[in-house]
Amino acid sequence: MRYVDEYRDAGKARALAARIAELCDPGRTYTFMEVCGGHTHTIYKHGIEDHLPDNVRLVHGPGCPVCVIPMGRVDDALHIAGQPDVIMTSFGDMMRVPGGSASFLDAKAAGADIRMVYSPLDALKIARRNPGRRVVFMAIGFETTTPSTAMTVLRAADEGLDNFSVFCNHVTIIPAIKAILDSPDLRLDGFIGPGHVSTVIGCRPYEFIAAEYGRPLVVAGFEPLDILQSIHLLLTQLAENRVAVENQYGRVVPWDGNGKALRVLSQVMEVRPHFEWRGLGFISHSALRLREAYAAYDAERLFDLPGVRVADPKSCQCGEVLKGVLKPWQCKVFGTACTPETPIGTCMVSSEGACAAYYNFGRFDRAGVREAIRS
Amino acid sequence: MCLGIPGEVVELLTDQPDLAQVEVSGVRRAINIALLEEEGVAPGDWILIHVGFALSKIDEAEARAAMEFLEQMGAAYDDEIDALKESGDG
Ligand code: SF4
Repeated sequence: MRYVDEYRDAGKARALAARIAELCDPGRTYTFMEVCGGHTHTIYKHGIEDHLPDNVRLVHGPGCPVCVIPMGRVDDALHIAGQPDVIMTSFGDMMRVPGGSASFLDAKAAGADIRMVYSPLDALKIARRNPGRRVVFMAIGFETTTPSTAMTVLRAADEGLDNFSVFCNHVTIIPAIKAILDSPDLRLDGFIGPGHVSTVIGCRPYEFIAAEYGRPLVVAGFEPLDILQSIHLLLTQLAENRVAVENQYGRVVPWDGNGKALRVLSQVMEVRPHFEWRGLGFISHSALRLREAYAAYDAERLFDLPGVRVADPKSCQCGEVLKGVLKPWQCKVFGTACTPETPIGTCMVSSEGACAAYYNFGRFDRAGVREAIRS
Repeated sequence: MCLGIPGEVVELLTDQPDLAQVEVSGVRRAINIALLEEEGVAPGDWILIHVGFALSKIDEAEARAAMEFLEQMGAAYDDEIDALKESGDG
């Protein structure tokens, strides 16, 4: 997988790599952030960086939904799960995310009724079958999964189910990108925009990045050639001295997104004034909660939550990794104390997390060697 | 969870207009298609499924590419595809 020859269309990839090299001004560096964890995965799986000129750097962004859940919210969820009549449900990715003292998996082993579901609709089904129990769905994710949670709440309301609720932890991608642009730690020259979040929100919400911050963004697909083509589009814009939002993934992403999904989402949910992101701290208007009209389905209102803020472990550098300031292997506990089996930080938990992507593809050795030679 | 799983629409369910029978990785199951109401979905269409809901229409080549991408993601997505197959009809 490491060589261009093994790509699906080796000729195209080679031509793209050559054009990328031609477009680069050797007198400067280019730092592009891929926002989405799926892209991080492609980049490490296929060794995309090995085919870029040395002055083009890719840094990973915050677009892994599991990675940004703060420990305090995991603890709140475990508090709910600890009530005797509760069945807690969530996606498989959530099971190993560490809270202040335990993960869902630990709590399940200790006797809590926590069940993995594929879809929020499956949680609804569990509620229907267990009328004597309160069934809570721990909802996580960016705009890709939010409309599904909203649709499920509407369905529960339609059916008049009174033992189903949602513990809403949905976050929104735009404020996170804005926080990174406002952060003094990192100078970025452009963004590889998330593919599937954009099927819902479309491309317009990114326009401020070009208009107000003067940076280009290209919404990209997940194939190695998609990533290379997006980098090519970013470099072309910079070479022509223009910045814009472009859509490389038009075969899936409509420019205006999915109108129905956006309407359902805003019918059921509203923006929170602020929300804590693991490693990034509090970000204004960056998450969603259920509207008053759906209070009967809002676990946050139905249960008395401790709501304690838990500081990230000292050894954990997920915040720097999520902002693209550190490469995963630069974290002191990477691959030693922190592994996918025993994660300290969340970036190691999900297959979309940057640390897990590095770890699984053994990229850290080579990256480390390269960096050591350079510095 | 963020990456969609592709499926081919086999049959619309007239008694439940939000649902369609979809063939996903060799298995048929019901998928909620209400979010594609504006685009319209017909048998033979390919869709990208996120946590039980179809979010976008795609073509067959894209579906194949998406499936290969998921397969090379390894265990995490094997689990997700298994979970989808097991998950009921809502
Ligand atoms: S190695 Fe572990 S603790 Fe360090 S940044 Fe990655 S996930 Fe966080």
